[in-house]
Amino acid sequence: MAESIAYRELAATSPRYWMLLALLAVPLALAAGAYFYIEHYGHIVTGMDNQVVWGMPHVFAMFLVVAATGVLNVAMAASLFGATSYKPVAALSALISLALLIGGLALLMLDLGRSDRMIVAVTSLNSSSIFALRVVLYDGFMASVGIYLWFLLERRMNRYVKPAAMLALLWQLLLNIGTGLEFGFNFRAAYDTALYAPMFIAYASAYGTAVFVLILLAVCSWEQRAAADEILHRLKNLLGIFVGVSLLFTVLFLVSKYDQARSRDVARFLLFDGGVYTVLLWLGQIALGGLVPLALLLRSQVSRGALTAACALVVLGGMAQMYVTLIGGQAYPQILFPGMVEASSFFDGEIHPYTPSVPEVLLGLGGVALAAAILAVALRALALLPQRFDQTAGPQA
Amino acid sequence: MTRNGIATTAGRIAKAMCLLALWLPLLAFASGRVPKPVIEIDKPGRCVEDTATMRREHPNLLRHQRDLTMHEGIRTRAHSLKECVGCHASTKTGSVLGEKGFCQSCHDYASVKIDCFVCHASKPKLAAGAKP
Amino acid sequence: MSADANNDRGRRRFLAVSAATLGGVMLAPGIRLIEIAGARAPEQAVSRQIRWGLLIDTNQCARGCDDCVKACATENAIKSGGNPRTDSQWIRKVELKDLRRGRTHSVPVMCQHCEHPPCVEVCPTGASFKRADGIVLVDRHICIGCRYCMMACPYKARSIVFQDVVDQNPDVPRGKGCAEACSLCVHRIDQDRLPACVEACAKAGHNAMVFGDLNDPRSEIAQRLAKFASAQIRADLRLNPGVHYQGL
Repeated sequence: MAESIAYRELAATSPRYWMLLALLAVPLALAAGAYFYIEHYGHIVTGMDNQVVWGMPHVFAMFLVVAATGVLNVAMAASLFGATSYKPVAALSALISLALLIGGLALLMLDLGRSDRMIVAVTSLNSSSIFALRVVLYDGFMASVGIYLWFLLERRMNRYVKPAAMLALLWQLLLNIGTGLEFGFNFRAAYDTALYAPMFIAYASAYGTAVFVLILLAVCSWEQRAAADEILHRLKNLLGIFVGVSLLFTVLFLVSKYDQARSRDVARFLLFDGGVYTVLLWLGQIALGGLVPLALLLRSQVSRGALTAACALVVLGGMAQMYVTLIGGQAYPQILFPGMVEASSFFDGEIHPYTPSVPEVLLGLGGVALAAAILAVALRALALLPQRFDQTAGPQA
Repeated sequence: MTRNGIATTAGRIAKAMCLLALWLPLLAFASGRVPKPVIEIDKPGRCVEDTATMRREHPNLLRHQRDLTMHEGIRTRAHSLKECVGCHASTKTGSVLGEKGFCQSCHDYASVKIDCFVCHASKPKLAAGAKP
Repeated sequence: MSADANNDRGRRRFLAVSAATLGGVMLAPGIRLIEIAGARAPEQAVSRQIRWGLLIDTNQCARGCDDCVKACATENAIKSGGNPRTDSQWIRKVELKDLRRGRTHSVPVMCQHCEHPPCVEVCPTGASFKRADGIVLVDRHICIGCRYCMMACPYKARSIVFQDVVDQNPDVPRGKGCAEACSLCVHRIDQDRLPACVEACAKAGHNAMVFGDLNDPRSEIAQRLAKFASAQIRADLRLNPGVHYQGL
């Protein structure tokens, strides 16, 4: 179906735009400094140790990567599932997806113990490794989303948008499932369930949609024009569904972990005895990230303020969930001898403490800033925003 | 400034930079400010290959040997890094690193970072009984 | 003729006694059982026919004894960086207590050198690999320090090096940013010697650790495993570790 969506660049006066870039340069510079600091002295300067080996950079990176796969839902709905009211913003959705993924990937590469071997990381791949497979999935995802974006924007290629979208959808699913199974196939008590795959698909959809709405609202407020009410109304409903499904999977996961005798101890840890992890789970992930947004969204008319608040809470809840999954899952010790109490000089049998360090947080924020900077530059340099949000494409030349 | 004017100026600047790029290294070599590498061979005997081959091929020899040793457990001594260090370590400092170290001196001159000694010992094993 | 017959008898007796002595020496529980497997020349690649393993009799492991731990640290030049939480530990003693029965054990735990190592499966670059003779190693030339092997290992065998390392043992390269774990003293095994922990334990007279070729039915370790019950840690994971324990 040919469509004639007219695209244009981000409208901005020069000084205001340069101010935005200057503002983004601050966390970027701090992150660069943090990276070189960690690279020079070694990971001893971070809060990570031999017990909690993945820290804040991974929390940020996982959130960015998971949100990146979910953001594409809007474009997929537009191109494959007949949601014509999303068509004007399909290109924006694809761009945000790319930007978030690049930000997340950059964080993963920069947190390596031997980051000078980044080239090795992408050229020498172990064929049986699910982790190496994910490198292939990332590249395939970026390529297919890039192609999809190109077909959207290039009028001559518009008729191939549908197959390109199908390819992008395939990679999106693969990447999402791959990310989930990275935990799902892990032996740690808090992981070790295939439920992680659909759970992460639900999380990705929720976080991605929330991020998309926030960026859409931000772009509209930057340009001082009204956002399409219809698009926002549909997105509000979509987000409500995704948050609901995410909550469902979270409950399913916790109940199944508690119910199975072999994982009851870790379920008790997360649900009751985990200290910061318990607080983040109940207050952060479930209440603020799930129940409150649901209450805000499942009303027929939602104000801009309420919608913004709901999306922001979903994002915060998502960060809390990533912290509980990543750090909480590592804090709980690996059980070598079930049924016995373990103690050793290598901290077997104890809950492992972890405190995020400043360099780690700066690095993580830098990843977010990178995604934002890519977005800001691309929106200004390329024509990706629709002239009109309320334009619904009809069959025409 | 006219379009042509800008193009001409840009062309001139580019030309100047190319000439500079060719001329500067000559200046550098001629000035003698870069200290030539100090190659002190304290121990008698010959190296496993001749000097020209070693200079050209030592990275490839080491890279090939490391795969054989790591993955197949082949520990022949000819191209072993441990043996290189054992022979080439300075008798004064006991190491192949340091300002006049055998490895470091040439690598500093060529401005090529040595990755080996992040992990590999830069000093030969002490005689049995002696503890570091 | 009778002189020849006497010589023959003498020769036969000599041969019989020598054979018996040699057989006895070969079969007696001894330290250098690698000789039965056949010493490997330096230019020869390792073979899949051998699978190295350890058998640890925890009945001989006393609480508080850490001879194996100290020997490993000395051999591999592992020094403390000042913070136990970031120090590398290739082997540690795990003190166990069964709360219901009161039974206690003191168990040395190191990389279990699994037959199906999860660390090898997840390593993105292939730096974590299993050698043909069963030893699981880290190729620090291609290790990028992503720590996924540490996430995947159910035995908490691996450490990452948090700071610069100096004064390495030339036989044991190790450095900042790379993952590392017990290598079964591969540099000693390749020279027909024993792992440092096994040697130290034997020297101190505890004799809790046996090292040998699991695939060789004549080796002491294989014979003991065939005769007495033994266990693997988390055998339910079906990784088939090369390290076996008795007395648990």
